[in-house]
Amino acid sequence: MKSFSNTYIFVFSTIMVVVVAALLSTAAMVLQPLQEKNIEIQKKRNILSSIRIKSSAKDAEELYEKYITGSFVINTVGKEQKGVDAFKIEMVSQMRKSLEQRSLPVFISSLEDGKKKYIVAVQGKGLWGPIYGFVALNDDFITIYGTNFNHDSETPGLGAEINTDWFGAQFADKKIFNKNLEFISIDLVKGGADPESLNEVDAISGGTLTSDGLEKMLYDCLSSYQTYFKNQMNNIK
Amino acid sequence: MNDREPLFSSKNMKLLTNPLNIDNPITVQVLGVCSALAITVKLEPSVVMAISVVVVLAVSNVVISALRKMIPPRIRIIVQLTVIATMVILVDQVLKAFAYDVSKQLSVFVGLIITNCIIMGRLEAFAMGNRPWPAFLDGIGNSAGYGLILVIVGLLRELLGSGEIWGYPILEKLGVYNIGYENNGLMILPPMALIIIGVIIWVQRSRTKELIEES
Repeated sequence: MKSFSNTYIFVFSTIMVVVVAALLSTAAMVLQPLQEKNIEIQKKRNILSSIRIKSSAKDAEELYEKYITGSFVINTVGKEQKGVDAFKIEMVSQMRKSLEQRSLPVFISSLEDGKKKYIVAVQGKGLWGPIYGFVALNDDFITIYGTNFNHDSETPGLGAEINTDWFGAQFADKKIFNKNLEFISIDLVKGGADPESLNEVDAISGGTLTSDGLEKMLYDCLSSYQTYFKNQMNNIK
Repeated sequence: MNDREPLFSSKNMKLLTNPLNIDNPITVQVLGVCSALAITVKLEPSVVMAISVVVVLAVSNVVISALRKMIPPRIRIIVQLTVIATMVILVDQVLKAFAYDVSKQLSVFVGLIITNCIIMGRLEAFAMGNRPWPAFLDGIGNSAGYGLILVIVGLLRELLGSGEIWGYPILEKLGVYNIGYENNGLMILPPMALIIIGVIIWVQRSRTKELIEES
């Protein structure tokens, strides 16, 4: 076997690393716009799914234009913030900020029956990585119309069940405020929720940590919206 | 170099066809089983995974084979891994740009092609000692042998587990649900992939004389 000097090995590895780095960064730069477009379409599909509309990668943009009629950004005291695009807000960085500094997106959708739904974003921690989603509320700002939860790396069959249809469907018609209009969020109950209860849903067996994370995510995120919800309720009266 | 053999000599063709049957990476060498269990719930991800591995292994084999005389033996494993990792990242980026849904289904398993023993094994065992063209054929052959098993398992699991082929509800159209047939939920779970691979190995061994061990 031929032997190579240490200098040769250093030169060889340096050239290899430079070539590989150049190749990969070119590919990343060329493909980035296409990838970002895909992520944007996925986000639109998630939002649509929270108002119980099924979409595909092809018709997502069209359906989004049709059903999502407006969006705006509020802060935690319920004041609207001008000049910010709700779609571009990253909930990850917002939830890291202190309560007063958060900017929170709200999407308005008008369904075919003329009813308005208000969609808010949620973001939290699962067992292995981030979990996130959208919660659509009826125009009473108390009752959940639909949800969409997603995850990056939860265990398939256990924590990953949060983005299945059966799990999401449980949230429909649950209430996040009690009769005295105090914020109570939604509880994920181990061992089966009371079917009579208006704010309990079944947790996932084998997915306790993901369920706990989702419950905390709903509490944290929906509570930062609660001033806005209460203001809106007063306006309705 | 004057006595060049023809491109598709019988020796070269063996490189291509042996891994499909008597030297199959999954059923005979029992490599790469982890990913075969994880991504074969449906046919489409199985096919995309198979194509990805074909691309990664064929290109890595050619690159390593072309560089084989320049690669210092002391760092050859690092060089091999760098080439594989580069190819896998490229494939992953392309999937994210052009087949986003599938790339989400495959999730970490595209990245895990890097650790697929078939690829490291072929680079170390074949590409380091052969010219680029045989290495290319060897790469295509081995990854196709891997892909073939993936596609068979994916097809069976999708058909029996969800009653569909490539997302098309074939059993529903045939009307077998009306006579009391039901999908087998167990087929969707990874253990059934292992059992199907086991059955494939059984069938293959009982039909192929070369694979029957003495004793």
